Amino acid sequence: MKFAIKAVAASLILVSAGGAFAQKGETVKIAWLDPLSGLMAAVGTNQLKSFQFISEEFNKKNAAGVKFEIIGIDNKLSPQETTSALRSAMDQGARYVVQGNGSGPALAIMDALEKHNARNPGKEVLFLNYAAVDPDLTNSKCSYWHFRLDADTSMKMEALTTFMKDQPEVKKVYLINQNYSHGHQVSKYAKEMLKRKRPDVQIVGDDLAPLAQVRDFSPYIAKIKQSGADSVITGNWGSDLALLIKAANDAGLNNVNFYTYYGSVTGAPTAMGASAAGHVYMVAYAHLNLPGEINKIVVDYKKKFNDDMYTGAVYHAFSMLDSAFVKAKSTDPVKVAAVLEGMKFKSFNGEVEMRKTDHQLQQGLFISKWEKAGGKYPLDSESTGYTFVPVKYYEPYVASTPTSCQMKRP
Amino acid sequence: MNSEFFVISLLNGVSYGLLLFMLSSGLTLIFSMMGVLNFAHTSFYMLGAYFAFTISGVVGFWPALVLSPLLVFVLGAAFERYCLRRVHKFGHVPELLVTFGLSYLILEVVQLVWGRSTVPYGLPEQLQGPLFSLYGTQFPKSRSFVMLVAMLMLVSVWLLLTRTRIGLVIQAALKYPEMVEALGHNVPRVFMLVFGGGAALAGLAGVIGGNTYVTEPAMAGSVGSIIFVVVVVGGMGSLAGAFLASLLIGLVQTFAVALDYSLISVFTSVGMTVTENTFGYPLLKLTISQVAPILPYLFLVLILIFRPKGLLGTRED
Repeated sequence: MKFAIKAVAASLILVSAGGAFAQKGETVKIAWLDPLSGLMAAVGTNQLKSFQFISEEFNKKNAAGVKFEIIGIDNKLSPQETTSALRSAMDQGARYVVQGNGSGPALAIMDALEKHNARNPGKEVLFLNYAAVDPDLTNSKCSYWHFRLDADTSMKMEALTTFMKDQPEVKKVYLINQNYSHGHQVSKYAKEMLKRKRPDVQIVGDDLAPLAQVRDFSPYIAKIKQSGADSVITGNWGSDLALLIKAANDAGLNNVNFYTYYGSVTGAPTAMGASAAGHVYMVAYAHLNLPGEINKIVVDYKKKFNDDMYTGAVYHAFSMLDSAFVKAKSTDPVKVAAVLEGMKFKSFNGEVEMRKTDHQLQQGLFISKWEKAGGKYPLDSESTGYTFVPVKYYEPYVASTPTSCQMKRP
Repeated sequence: MNSEFFVISLLNGVSYGLLLFMLSSGLTLIFSMMGVLNFAHTSFYMLGAYFAFTISGVVGFWPALVLSPLLVFVLGAAFERYCLRRVHKFGHVPELLVTFGLSYLILEVVQLVWGRSTVPYGLPEQLQGPLFSLYGTQFPKSRSFVMLVAMLMLVSVWLLLTRTRIGLVIQAALKYPEMVEALGHNVPRVFMLVFGGGAALAGLAGVIGGNTYVTEPAMAGSVGSIIFVVVVVGGMGSLAGAFLASLLIGLVQTFAVALDYSLISVFTSVGMTVTENTFGYPLLKLTISQVAPILPYLFLVLILIFRPKGLLGTRED
C-alpha cells in the first residue's frame, strides 16, 4: 500500500512535470531561406552564421529545454527559388521558417504557407520574418502565419523624422533610394512624415537609382551638393550605401548629414571609415554595444568569425520562440502561433510586444551616430575603429504606426 | 545646370570613363589579337584588387601596384598556356565557355580565400584627401590617380604596339600567323604574352579601382556587362575606339543623372495633361536620371543596329 501510494505520487509528479515541459528535449528545426550567392551573399552569410551561433547559445540554456537546429538554404534572393527552397525545408521536417532579405521572397513564403497550412492540418509551418520591412506585409497583405521581428519602413521613418524634427539645422532634405519597393516606400514615408512634423523642411531632391547597378555615385553627390541639401535620407543598403558614402567623402561633402537605415550592414562601415565620422546617422532597433546577454553574444561572435553580429532580430527570434514554447507547453506551430499573438517578452531593447492585430513586433528604436569607438561603446564595426553610438532611444509607442490589417484567423 | 555643376560632372565623367577604359583595354587587346572574347576579364580585375589588398598589407601600396598586375599576368599567361590553348582548336564556343567557367572558378576561390564580405582595402596616405577644390567641391587624389594611370597605360600600350619590335610581331601574328611562324617567331608564345598582358591590364585596373570603389566578391559581376558595352560600342578590337567609348559612356552616365526630365514633362510642355490614370503612367514618369545607369545598354543596342562595327571598328563581320 505504502509502495502504491509512493508510485502514484511519483507518477503524478512525473505526469505534471511532463505536462509542464511537454516540449522538453525536442528538436526544433528552423529553415533559413536567404541568399548565399550573388549580390547579397555577404549579408546572407553573415545572417546564417548569426542564426547558427545564437541557436548554439540558446541550446545551452533555454527555458523550454528544446534543441534548435538550423537548416540553411540559398534562395538566391528570388521569390521562385524561395518557394522551392521552402518545399525542400518542409521535406526536411522544418516547421519554422525564417527569412529577411527582400520583401518579394517574404511575400512568396506567406503565399505558399497560406495554402500549405490550409491543406495540411497538423503540419502547419510558421514564418518569422527578421528583416523584410515592406509595411504591406503587415497591412494589406498580412497573414496569420507571418510574424515580423524587424521594425518596418514606416516605424523606422516615424522614429527618424521624430529625431529630425528636433534638429534645427535640418532645412533641406535630399532623398536618394533604390528603385524598387523598399526605396519607394522610404521616399514616400519620408515625404509624408516630414510634411506632418516639419512643414518648413524643403525636399530638394528625390532620386531613385537602379538597385546595385551604379558603380560611381559621384554624379549623385554632385547633384546633392548643387541642391544645397543639408541632410540626406537613404534606405540604400549593401554596395549602394557603401559607394554613396564613399563618393560623398571623396567629394568632401562633410556639411551634409546622412540619415540611413542600414549603416551597419556588411560593406558600409568599411566604406565610411574615419572620414564619415559624425555625419552618418542610423535608425535601427539595435546597435553593436547593447548591454546584457546580447553583448556577450556579439563579442563572442566577433571573436569567432571576425565579423559583426548586426542582425539583432535573430536574438528576438530565439527568445520569442523560447518564451512561446514555455507558454504553449508545446513546439507545435499552431499552439505557438496562438500564444505569440499579443505576447510580451523581454529583449535587448526593452519589453517588446508582438501586436495581435498585424503580427508586427512593437519595439523601441535607436537613433545612432557614426563615431569613434571607445568608452561606453568599445565594439567597432568591421574593425574600422568606429561604431554607431546611440544618441536617442524611442520607446515603442513613439515609433508605432497604425495598421490596416484584416487578419484572417484559421 | 550651372558651370560649377558642369565642371564637376565633367571631371567625374572623365575619371569614371578612364577607369572603364583601363578595364576594357585588356579585353579589347585580347579580342583583337586572338579573337577570344574573355568572359573572365573582370575576374582578373577582381583578382588584381584582392592581390593588391593582400600585398599592400605586407609591403605597402606602391610595390603592390607593380606586383599585383605581374601576378595576374602570370596567372593569365598560365591559363592561356595550359587551358585556352588546348580548347583553341575546337573553335570559338569552347573558348568562350572555358573563360566563362573560369570566371565562376575565380569567384569561388576569391570567396574561399578572402571571404564574402568587403575587405578593408584602403588608399595609401599619399593618395588620400583632395587634390584641389573647385567651387567648394573637392576632387579626390584617388580619382586623379586613376586618370593619370589610365593615360600612362594608354600611351605605353600604344607605343608598345606601334613603335617596338615586339609590337610589330604581335600585329603581324594577328593577321598572318603562318607567315610570322615561318619567319621563326613563336606565335603561340606571342598569344600567351598577349593574353597575360591583357589580364595584367585588368589587374592594374583592379589595383586602382579596388580602393577607389569597393573590393568585394560582387565587384567582377557588377562591371562585367558594362565593359562589353565599351568594347562593342568602341568597335571590336579597336583600342582607340574603346578609349572613345569609355569616355562617352562615362560622360553620358554622369550627365544623365542630372536630368530630371521624363516623358511626362515632355508631354506637359506641349500642352498635354498626364495623370496617374494615363496609359503607361509608370513608364512615362521615369526620369532620365533614373535610367542613367542603363543608358549604355540602350546605346549598345543602337550601335548594333546602326553601326555594327562600332565607332572606330574596322571589322565588318
